[in-house]
Amino acid sequence: MQVQPAAVEANGWGWRHATRKDFALRAVDFTIQPGERVLLLGASGAGKSTMMAGLAGVLGGDEEGEQEGSLTIDGVDAREARGRVGLVLQDPDSQIILERLGDDAAFGCENLNVPREEIWQRVRESLNLVGLGDLDLNRSTRHLSGGQRQRLALAGVLAMKPGLLLLDEPTANLDPEGVVEVHDAVKKVVESTGQTMVVVEHHIDVWLDMVDRVIVLGRPEPGSPAGAVIADGKPDEVFAAMGDVLASGGAWVPGRTIPDYRPGSAASQAVRVRNVTADTSQTDEHTPVLSCRNLSFGRGSALGTGINLDFYPGEVTALMGPNGAGKSTFALTLAGLLPPVDGQVLIAENLAPRADRREPITWKSRELLGRIGMVFQEPEHQFAANFVRDEVAVGPKSMGKTQEEAYAIADSMLERMNLTRFAQANPYTLSGGEKRRLSVASMLAAAPQVLVMDEPTFGQDFTTWTEMVKLIAAIRDQGSCVIMVTHDEALVNALSARRVMFQEGSRA
Amino acid sequence: MSEPVQITVQTNETDSAVSGKTETATISDYVTVSPQDSRVEPFKPASPSWFVARINPVSRIIGALLLCIPMFFSLDLVSASSALAIEFVLLWIGGVAPWTVCRKTWPVWIAALGSFISVFLYARVSGEILWSAGWIVISEGSFPLALATAIRVAAIAVPGVILALGLDPTDLADGLVEILHFSPRFVYGGLAGLRMFTLLQDDWRALGLSQRSRGLGDGNAIMRALSQAFGLLVLSIRRATKLATAMEARGFGSDAPRSQARVSSLHAIDWVFYAICLSIPFAALALAIATGNWHFAFQGA
Repeated sequence: MQVQPAAVEANGWGWRHATRKDFALRAVDFTIQPGERVLLLGASGAGKSTMMAGLAGVLGGDEEGEQEGSLTIDGVDAREARGRVGLVLQDPDSQIILERLGDDAAFGCENLNVPREEIWQRVRESLNLVGLGDLDLNRSTRHLSGGQRQRLALAGVLAMKPGLLLLDEPTANLDPEGVVEVHDAVKKVVESTGQTMVVVEHHIDVWLDMVDRVIVLGRPEPGSPAGAVIADGKPDEVFAAMGDVLASGGAWVPGRTIPDYRPGSAASQAVRVRNVTADTSQTDEHTPVLSCRNLSFGRGSALGTGINLDFYPGEVTALMGPNGAGKSTFALTLAGLLPPVDGQVLIAENLAPRADRREPITWKSRELLGRIGMVFQEPEHQFAANFVRDEVAVGPKSMGKTQEEAYAIADSMLERMNLTRFAQANPYTLSGGEKRRLSVASMLAAAPQVLVMDEPTFGQDFTTWTEMVKLIAAIRDQGSCVIMVTHDEALVNALSARRVMFQEGSRA
Repeated sequence: MSEPVQITVQTNETDSAVSGKTETATISDYVTVSPQDSRVEPFKPASPSWFVARINPVSRIIGALLLCIPMFFSLDLVSASSALAIEFVLLWIGGVAPWTVCRKTWPVWIAALGSFISVFLYARVSGEILWSAGWIVISEGSFPLALATAIRVAAIAVPGVILALGLDPTDLADGLVEILHFSPRFVYGGLAGLRMFTLLQDDWRALGLSQRSRGLGDGNAIMRALSQAFGLLVLSIRRATKLATAMEARGFGSDAPRSQARVSSLHAIDWVFYAICLSIPFAALALAIATGNWHFAFQGA
């Protein structure tokens, strides 16, 4: 595929969103040569997204904000350079626009007024390049995997033949298999087209083999309100000079060791999560808190049958396996939210509301509190209050605590999660990592003996990731049982968690 | 207690040389799940009728309008039932058997029954009053009028529903833009929004489950649904914003000229279809006039 690589130049560029007082970015200077492949890094809030939106020309006009200096693609203002820049975003769900695969890939070309015959020629070429060439153009986009969707988004952008390819955390929401698929597709694309590429990603090692330059955005001085370029150079040099800054800003810097939070390790002693220290006395390490007896689970029809598993206090269990195998459904069944298709989920007798009511699905919603908690993959699915402080107090209040008691628990929870300054903020306005912490905090406020988590580290930067690991270790060391659905090998290793592998059998 | 059936429990001493720091044994259990469906999609026909499947989606909408407009002018049993009869016969020729038509249009028949009951009980008096109680007045004219109304509802709605079955939204959008020259910004924006509904269904389910897990699932069902609906509203706005950015990033939404990857045009078969759609109601009305049953709908009793 023939593409003319684009040159990018930022000259004292800055942008202030109309709703904000301070510039998000200011005095940004760099020149990217045609065909260069750049990794753009920076802590969350450093202005990476603003930079990418600026390059893509989707920041909007004068009503949306104020621009300083200049940002040009091949000498043309980025806002006017329609079609010279292609942007692939993070969320695979929101990037598919049309129902049929071929139509979706053709959408960008239509908007650029490409003649019909050429559109389909470009669509086929692009789909071949990203490895989707074997699929029928009429295939529904609905049932594609995450990795396939991101590759389709890439193909749709590629068909527009942009000189500059922008990738904004394209693999953050994918499982390990999807990450490899997208990486390989991008590599093949840039090697065949020679396009200029800018990629934003926390997981540096994913892209290290194809970038030849690293630009770091951040605060030029501590306390300065606007972000700017704080490092720019070859990957090795930048990582050597900036490794600590980058790691503390949330990047997964190559060669850094992952902290060790296995049971009894020194690091895991550092954090205390719960006030109540007497909790451990209720539970005995050798009797399971939660058990599956001949369990069949699924929505409607059974995905897995005859499952017998025990979960113990003070233990972290990781449910692992391919996407779509039913791990989340299984987790919801354990959490007493979905009825088993057959068999039982049983809680330890001493934890049940009554000795003959050991099956969580038969409990009232309130009876789950203090016993089993569920942290959803999408924190936003969980929010129920308008303020962060109320959000955390929801559980204790439902358990029948007084207002004062509930808010006392909420306040100490917020402090431990480092969220106190957001107490009066709306949960939806928090950043991704903060939302995740809040969703865990609000579940922990009800002091569950069993905590079920769905992908607790999905799409997180290194800082949030480390916090999550610390937190899970602390919950475990307080004697609770943690069950988590995850693809994250590093997480499982750091906690030395027990693994339960989901694997596909032959069809019965 | 039953023995484990399908899961094999194995103990794996993980090789400490590999992971370096793992000294404690990691036990792996296996859960065997049924394989994912090989994701073969069943072929979805554009219409249950071979004839309708070949015409342009825009023609289907226009055809449904042509069919029903003349039917508004007469309120009599003959025109309504003859139109319905012709429709059933033509649909049969077009590949949809009468029992299939009835099965696929069941809501129409409920609506028809509803209109029958209300006209029967409350219609304007014509002829001798047979029975009355309060607002309910049943007169001699009630029954034929109610029957005529019910059949007319069916005659108008049945072909409309059958024509809409299997209609592909993308193809319809193409037709609206290319044939009727609607604004592509409006049409394709709406089309992309339509896709969001599947995602919102999942959101709704997750919101419900999370309420239960947070101890909020016991109270008043109406209050619960309201707060769940608010959560859904917030999520839908966020999803819509993301979708808009993705579309803008692909060059959508400017005033620059736009090309169409797919051709949507009218062919001879579409004109044949229009002719059929016009001839059905006119034949039915002619029959009503010829048999002396014409009853102008806007004239009163």
